[in-house]
Amino acid sequence: MPTLRTDRLEIRSSDDVVRVRQMARAMALETGLGLVDQTKIITAASELARNMLDYGGGGLVLAEVLEQPGRRGLRLTFEDKGPGIADVEAALKDGFTTGKGMGLGLGGAKRLSNEFSIDSRPGAGTKVVIARWK
Amino acid sequence: MVDVGTIAELVASGEAAILSEWIDLQKKVGTLQTGRITENELVAQSREFLHRLRDGLARGGSDSSDAAYGPARQMLADLSRSRALQGFSPTETATFIFSLKQPLFNVLNRNAALSPVQAADLTWAVTLLLDELGLFTLEIFQKSREEVIVRQQREIAELSTPVVKLWDGILALPLIGTLDSQRTQVVMENLLQTVVDVEAEIAIIDITGVPTVDTLTAQHLLKTVAAARLMGADCIISGIRPQIAQTMVHLGVELNVVSKATLADAFAMALERTGRAVTKRKAAAAAAKGKPIAGKVE
Ligand SMILES: Nc1ncnc2c1ncn2[C@@H]1O[C@H](COP(=O)(O)OP(=O)(O)OP(=O)(O)O)[C@@H](O)[C@H]1O
Ligand SMILES: [Mg+2]
Repeated sequence: MPTLRTDRLEIRSSDDVVRVRQMARAMALETGLGLVDQTKIITAASELARNMLDYGGGGLVLAEVLEQPGRRGLRLTFEDKGPGIADVEAALKDGFTTGKGMGLGLGGAKRLSNEFSIDSRPGAGTKVVIARWK
Repeated sequence: MVDVGTIAELVASGEAAILSEWIDLQKKVGTLQTGRITENELVAQSREFLHRLRDGLARGGSDSSDAAYGPARQMLADLSRSRALQGFSPTETATFIFSLKQPLFNVLNRNAALSPVQAADLTWAVTLLLDELGLFTLEIFQKSREEVIVRQQREIAELSTPVVKLWDGILALPLIGTLDSQRTQVVMENLLQTVVDVEAEIAIIDITGVPTVDTLTAQHLLKTVAAARLMGADCIISGIRPQIAQTMVHLGVELNVVSKATLADAFAMALERTGRAVTKRKAAAAAAKGKPIAGKVE
């Protein structure tokens, strides 16, 4: 699957969350996503980046514009080396939070994406991959 | 131990040559092309710095933190700060120092009175010294840029959160940009203070200018609404654009607040709730006379 463009960004502060949204917006435009799809993936990116910052001690975001026969998509990968999530299924449930949030971000990001996968092991960190296709 | 004082003498006697070579090098890397500094300024800056460096070399040895280098460092700090504010890049700024290496090396190596070993020792001493001063320049540059950013952040935080009185008892808060935690704090305090000051009954929070509403933004909004309610004002949220509304549904956030598509709709509702109405006076009068008034604002 050819990658048309990649970009990456480190998340270390809440300013970086703003930057992630800007990067997601630029890449979504490049992908040719419509306004609604743009807004969805930007919002998902905002949630996942903030989770990385709040719970994962910061991490790295990779953005890729992908091309498959007949379609284009934007894939975003969020990877941190934080404490990981003990119970991923519980974390995905609406209202589940170990912080001061509403517990909607992770599940919301899943609903806002066409593809969603999460790989997290306690002590090893968390990796979330989402994609939105045109 | 090399006597760095030797370099001071060479700088003094070879000043003209060093200066012209140094300025040529600075021009070659494009210092003047940015148009932010004139050739005269560059020449004056370079000459002044060379003098101060010479004084440092004469009395301060090879330690750039020695008090003898104070004036040279002071000048670098000023130059670096002003270049940071003028929009020079870090490279363009540090080039001022680093491009001085070559001319100084040449002076040392062309000097027949120095043995190769002495020349090498002095060259090494100059390298270390200029590297230190170069790093110092970059540090000041970085600090100045950070100061600019912090100042701008503070300005934006204050500027973009005006609370507007629309009518007796009706306030509007047009939000623009990112609702990060620092700004939200200012927004909330401004709104609550004004609610108290004017004894507002209704506050309209317009989010037409907010590009993304995620769970954190939603939480901030809800807290603001709850606090306003405690102070006696009901909130209406306006300007939720269709794509944002859709996204919020998927995200699962519910703003349990009355919302209206536009600020105008919200204002109409606020008037109605406070027992007022807007009517078309002129149109009514025109209709009574049987002819419309073209082009008049109603
Ligand atoms: N990258 C991560 N590393 C470790 N734990 C995480 C990570 N992301 C999420 N979690 C855990 O999953 C929980 C649920 O995350 P979710 O984003 O759904 O809610 P929240 O961040 O607590 O609140 P909200 O996103 O609504 O503001 C978090 O409270 C946290 O315990
Ligand atoms: Mg979250």
